[in-house]
Amino acid sequence: MDLVNSYQNNYLIVFVFLCLGILLPVIALFLGRLLRPYKPEEAKYTTYESGVEPFHDSRIQFNVRYYIFALLFVIFDVETVFLYPWAVAYDKLGIFALIEMLIFVLLLVIGLIYAWKKKVLKWT
Amino acid sequence: MVQELLASPPGLMNFAIFFLLAAILLMVILGFVTYAILAERKVMGFMQLRHGPNQVGGRWGLLQTVADVLKLLIKEDTIPKLADRPLFILAPVIAFAPAFLVLAVIPFTDKLQFADIGVGLLYYIAISGISTVGVVTGGWASNNKYALLGGMRAAAQMISYEIPLVMSLLGVILLSGSLNLNDIVSAQSHGWFIIKQPIAFIIFIIASIAELNRTPFDLPEAESELVAGFHVEYSGFRWAFFMLSEYVYLFAMAALTTVLFLGGWGALPFLGFIPGAVWFSLKFSLIVFILIWVRVTLPRLRADQLMEFGWKVLLPAALANIFLTAILKELF
Repeated sequence: MDLVNSYQNNYLIVFVFLCLGILLPVIALFLGRLLRPYKPEEAKYTTYESGVEPFHDSRIQFNVRYYIFALLFVIFDVETVFLYPWAVAYDKLGIFALIEMLIFVLLLVIGLIYAWKKKVLKWT
Repeated sequence: MVQELLASPPGLMNFAIFFLLAAILLMVILGFVTYAILAERKVMGFMQLRHGPNQVGGRWGLLQTVADVLKLLIKEDTIPKLADRPLFILAPVIAFAPAFLVLAVIPFTDKLQFADIGVGLLYYIAISGISTVGVVTGGWASNNKYALLGGMRAAAQMISYEIPLVMSLLGVILLSGSLNLNDIVSAQSHGWFIIKQPIAFIIFIIASIAELNRTPFDLPEAESELVAGFHVEYSGFRWAFFMLSEYVYLFAMAALTTVLFLGGWGALPFLGFIPGAVWFSLKFSLIVFILIWVRVTLPRLRADQLMEFGWKVLLPAALANIFLTAILKELF
């Protein structure tokens, strides 16, 4: 029972931190509203573009290169999901799991080398 | 007393006590941030052969940051007309909340710590990734070209450096066999991981500077090309929260580095009579100093160099380190 309680209490602390992390900006911004001046003027609310009159919307279609990096990220992030439990339980799993993991990582490294040779990682 | 509190059934009373304690920590962190900014400006000043702040609050500029915060508090707040208003307001909160949330699991000494959860390290990594969402949201919501570019760069940088960061920690986990930060500290009682895992340490430091968006990896806010990057449209206290989260992360990352690689509150041999808190703050200050030093020394990287460095150098090195560690552990 003690263990369950201490487990729940530990996550309660995490929740407390979450509450405080949200409360601080909310309270500070609310206090700021009482203190700061409010003198609206048309020019203040235009988008900043180093003094140039802003033209067209800034939300344009973006360079697709990011997309490939994002794909690579997903692959390697999933890999870490498998690597973490393996690393924690390494003492119990021993040499067999090590060889298995080596094969698994090698497969993904081949993918990385392929992307490398395809010049995907080069940003030009 | 704390043990009894932890063992008692969770309820409103516990919530109130934890809230009070966490609020004290928050105040300490805000104090740290105030003087970390001053220390950074002073150290940068001395390294660049100038004085740094020396007007407000005596020769050492002790009240400079306080004055800056007050100025930000009474500054008029503008939200551009074209901006996405709800997201614009939400973004600083999304960026700041995780920065404070990660501090819940960091053990400062064997007594002074908050949540002692089994997956502490994983929790840290998972939560710290959320801040980038805040940065990207801010960049997108501003509806400004510089801000959008900055936000996109932040996303690209995060996905490139998160992987080496996470992989370099696998060496530490292999040696300690646990994700709990207390266990990791106690596994270092016979030699710190900076000695057993030098490659992991170097990769971790580089990747953590990139995660902190500090020079030489401060591309999301590169002032010479993107003016101020993702927070170009922010002013006053909203802007201050982006800055605050950056420095709270500096605190968290330096504390995590201390815990993972420098043995946390553990003492050097024959010096055990000095209390753990002193050891922790000494190591912690050293890491903060190194991070400032790196910032002063190195110029900013180009966006393409940054991505290539992450994928072609850090990632293979981190993977090699994992298996080097595993094989060495198998042999000895």
